[in-house]
Amino acid sequence: MVCTAPFLFDTLYLGGGTPSLLEAEVIDSIIDAVRNRFKFLKAAEITVEVNPGAVTFGQLKTYHRAGANRINIGVQSFDQSNLDFLGRIHTADDAIYVLNASRKAGFENIGLDLIYGIPGQTVTSWLADLVKAVEFAPEHLACYMLTYEPKTPLSIARKKGRFNPLSKKIVFDLFETTLTFLTTNGYEQYEISNFSKKVIGSPGLRRSRHNQKYWSAVPYLGLGPSAHSFCSPKRQWNHRSVRRYINDLNNGVLPIMGQEVLTRSQRMIEAFCLGLRRKNGISFESFNQAFGVDFEQVIGDVIPDLEEKGLIKADQHHFALSQKGLLFLDSITEMFITHPAFSAGTRL
Amino acid sequence: MNNIRNFSIIAHIDHGKSTLSDRLIQTADIVSDRDFQDQILDTMDIERERGITIKSQTVCLPYTANDGNIYFLNLIDTPGHVDFTYEVSRALASCEGALLLVDASQGVEAQTLANLYLAMEHDLVIIPVINKIDLPSADAERVKKQINEDLGLDPETAILVSAKEGTGIDIVLEAIVKNLPPPSGDPGAPFKALIFDSHYDAYRGTIVHIRVFQGKIKAGNTIIFMSSQAAYKVEEVGVFQIERLPQNELTAGQVGYFIAGIKTVSDTRCGDTITIKDRPCDASMPGFKESKPVVFSSIYPVASDGYEELAVALEKLKLNDAALIYEKDTSKALGFGFRCGFLGLLHLEVVQERLEREYGLSLILTSPSVQYELIMTDGSKFTIDNPALYPDPSGIVQTKEPFIRAAIIVPDRYMGAVMNLCLDRRGINTNYQYLTSDRLEMIFEIPLAEIVYDFYDTLKSITQGYGSFDYDLLKFRETDLVKTDILINGERVDALSQLVHRDKAEKRARQVCGKLRDEIPRQMFKIAIQGAIGAKIISRKTISPFRKDVTAKCYGGDITRKRKLLEKQKKGKKRMKMVGQVMIPQSAFLAVLKTDTD
Ligand SMILES: Nc1nc2c(ncn2[C@@H]2O[C@H](COP(=O)(O)OP(=O)(O)OP(=O)(O)O)[C@@H](O)[C@H]2O)c(=O)[nH]1
Ligand SMILES: [Mg+2]
Repeated sequence: MVCTAPFLFDTLYLGGGTPSLLEAEVIDSIIDAVRNRFKFLKAAEITVEVNPGAVTFGQLKTYHRAGANRINIGVQSFDQSNLDFLGRIHTADDAIYVLNASRKAGFENIGLDLIYGIPGQTVTSWLADLVKAVEFAPEHLACYMLTYEPKTPLSIARKKGRFNPLSKKIVFDLFETTLTFLTTNGYEQYEISNFSKKVIGSPGLRRSRHNQKYWSAVPYLGLGPSAHSFCSPKRQWNHRSVRRYINDLNNGVLPIMGQEVLTRSQRMIEAFCLGLRRKNGISFESFNQAFGVDFEQVIGDVIPDLEEKGLIKADQHHFALSQKGLLFLDSITEMFITHPAFSAGTRL
Repeated sequence: MNNIRNFSIIAHIDHGKSTLSDRLIQTADIVSDRDFQDQILDTMDIERERGITIKSQTVCLPYTANDGNIYFLNLIDTPGHVDFTYEVSRALASCEGALLLVDASQGVEAQTLANLYLAMEHDLVIIPVINKIDLPSADAERVKKQINEDLGLDPETAILVSAKEGTGIDIVLEAIVKNLPPPSGDPGAPFKALIFDSHYDAYRGTIVHIRVFQGKIKAGNTIIFMSSQAAYKVEEVGVFQIERLPQNELTAGQVGYFIAGIKTVSDTRCGDTITIKDRPCDASMPGFKESKPVVFSSIYPVASDGYEELAVALEKLKLNDAALIYEKDTSKALGFGFRCGFLGLLHLEVVQERLEREYGLSLILTSPSVQYELIMTDGSKFTIDNPALYPDPSGIVQTKEPFIRAAIIVPDRYMGAVMNLCLDRRGINTNYQYLTSDRLEMIFEIPLAEIVYDFYDTLKSITQGYGSFDYDLLKFRETDLVKTDILINGERVDALSQLVHRDKAEKRARQVCGKLRDEIPRQMFKIAIQGAIGAKIISRKTISPFRKDVTAKCYGGDITRKRKLLEKQKKGKKRMKMVGQVMIPQSAFLAVLKTDTD
């Protein structure tokens, strides 16, 4: 896209949709093509996203041979009624199969996605899901809170009263259960919904190197329909329609549906809202560098205050939300971005 | 000079002055059809949005009369709202005549009378004009009767027009030429002119609006301002024809402008006399009565470094708003700002909006107050309009507040409603009289503090638009005043304090606390908002802290949407001011300022 520097890619992620629907050989050739076209780090993290019920041991083995070294499995839940609610085609047994098959195929880095906050769920039933997940000792766990995005089938069904959503209180109990359970079972929470297995000596080793890019304003390139690319201050995204995407490519046109060039204030909003999701939080130095300000001087007063309230943890170099603070992610983000120092009228 | 006519169009608000001006401008053909728009003299955004005139505007119209001669008609369109009477009186000082408009369906209203008296004070020849005769509800005969009985003018001289449809305009033009006197004044005498307005132009500096009473002025002359003795070389003179139209000279009787590279903004003072240095005139003109501000409020910049910018903006705005007065002020909560005096609440709003729009500032205004007289135990006496300066009440022997005499004209079916309103505002009904068989003039004596908020709007709504009102200031009278403070998390916010009559203090404090609760965004901690008189808490509201957020995942494709959401929130909460630990948005101060009675 816009970045012209000779990039050295260090991650590749095949995901979005269900890549495993493709023949394993196609995945193989995609990985090959990408590696030939772009410069890749030898030890690049190469992830393939798979859905239970749609992938076989044979496929997994081919991925591994093709160079993939990480598998991310959309388990969602080990409870059949939850899977039904989410409209998943797979069963809990399918999930267990893929988990075992991935190990057998040679993957030493396995990620597993779960969803909580599903109607009917209780702390006990959610704990059962977590216990089951941890039994497989995945290197990575993503636990997503169920959200009702406008206009999705789920939120329409909710509006129509097809089911009773969980109360917020229970959802937050589940959130806290997740944190307590996983952190006492050898995982670190490095982003609001991402957990990685702690490795003695190199604690951050099992974090998803790829995911972390999205929260730190580094460049990434997205290929395929709907994919987003970013190279600060520009972001662009491809056509959603597969047909349009193919047509454009056939006509020698880049299949770009839209783009935005972020203003300084937009970049700052993103720096806060993404940075605060992470355990590493926001580094004073990189913030100052990115925005040419002295953070401590302009809004430094906010930090001790939030610290005192137990909402953030700060040291000389960064600040990040505490476990309690994570529950207020949006409000605290809003507080930073609406701070008078960043509002109209005051130049920084 | 015999071919010049200087006149103002005066009337009650909305009777059609600016629309009649449009028609007169169109007959003079000085604006192309393409560039024409309704109420063309209402040039400010705020005038167009509100559909009212705020500034008097001058325009010079060439007109070929039935007698075959070309006349130059200097028309001044004036505002009708009671807050801008000062604009009207200054306009009248440069005229020999006035068109007094009366709406054919509304009839004579309070400012019709008030403006007539002003015109009579200036010895102007008055032509009554009955406008809006196209309306189905128009009743010209009834209005003629009112012109005779209420105004004491000859109803036979009233011209019937519809400014909207353009009927009767020719008759108006001929009457201006025939019935209004030309200006007098010797063009050969030493130059003498009155400054009746001015404005600031980013490229040319101060543009001074003058009426020449004797002599001539042209580019190259060195003029002096009689009050400051400051001297400047004239660069350009001209007349207003929507645009500025440069002329070779301005002579006795003319209305126009001059530009002289005036660097010191404060040299130009409305009401001052100017003359020419080489051949000065003997004495200055009487000038204008100082306008008397009735409402006071402090203005602070939202930006902590905005004071200098605000100071410059006020000075420039003052050029174009002679009624505005201000002095430096400080607040513990808000920093440096200005204490300002206004002619009414609408005037206050206009000043705020003009400062924000024309000078790009973001402002916070404190709640408006009238002026009080305090007599202290040690016998000293002083006036106070700023709650922040209110002394320890134990040292006060007596407090006095200003009263007004309000004249309200209404159809008699609203008598009861008006009576209730005025009594609720601590008014005393002194008198009423029937003007015509079904219209009353009711006279009340009311504390000024009770009308500055929303009296006019309330009167309009309870009388379905038929009630009109005008007032004169009376003497100060004894009152029972208290200062209500607002505490946010225990901290007194000086900018939110108000001086209120004791009987109304609790209610007001409750309203203010309620408004603040609605306007201040949640924060991480509980926010207590309290209203207090001295140490006694009289009302209390709380804002509960942040609620927990549901968090969605956020990868490449989710970021833009998330950011847009945040941008929207940021926009809503823009212009926050940190007061102690609490962020208070500008809108909160505004809400308090507009606190009405219910
Ligand atoms: N039907 C009708 N409406 C009119 C006529 N003249 C003015 N109006 C309307 O009356 C309203 C007020 O007209 P303006 O010309 O703005 O009145 P104004 O006297 O200048 O008002 P202020 O400057 O605020 O005092 C507008 O909606 C006009 O369109 C008329 O002759 N007939
Ligand atoms: Mg008008």
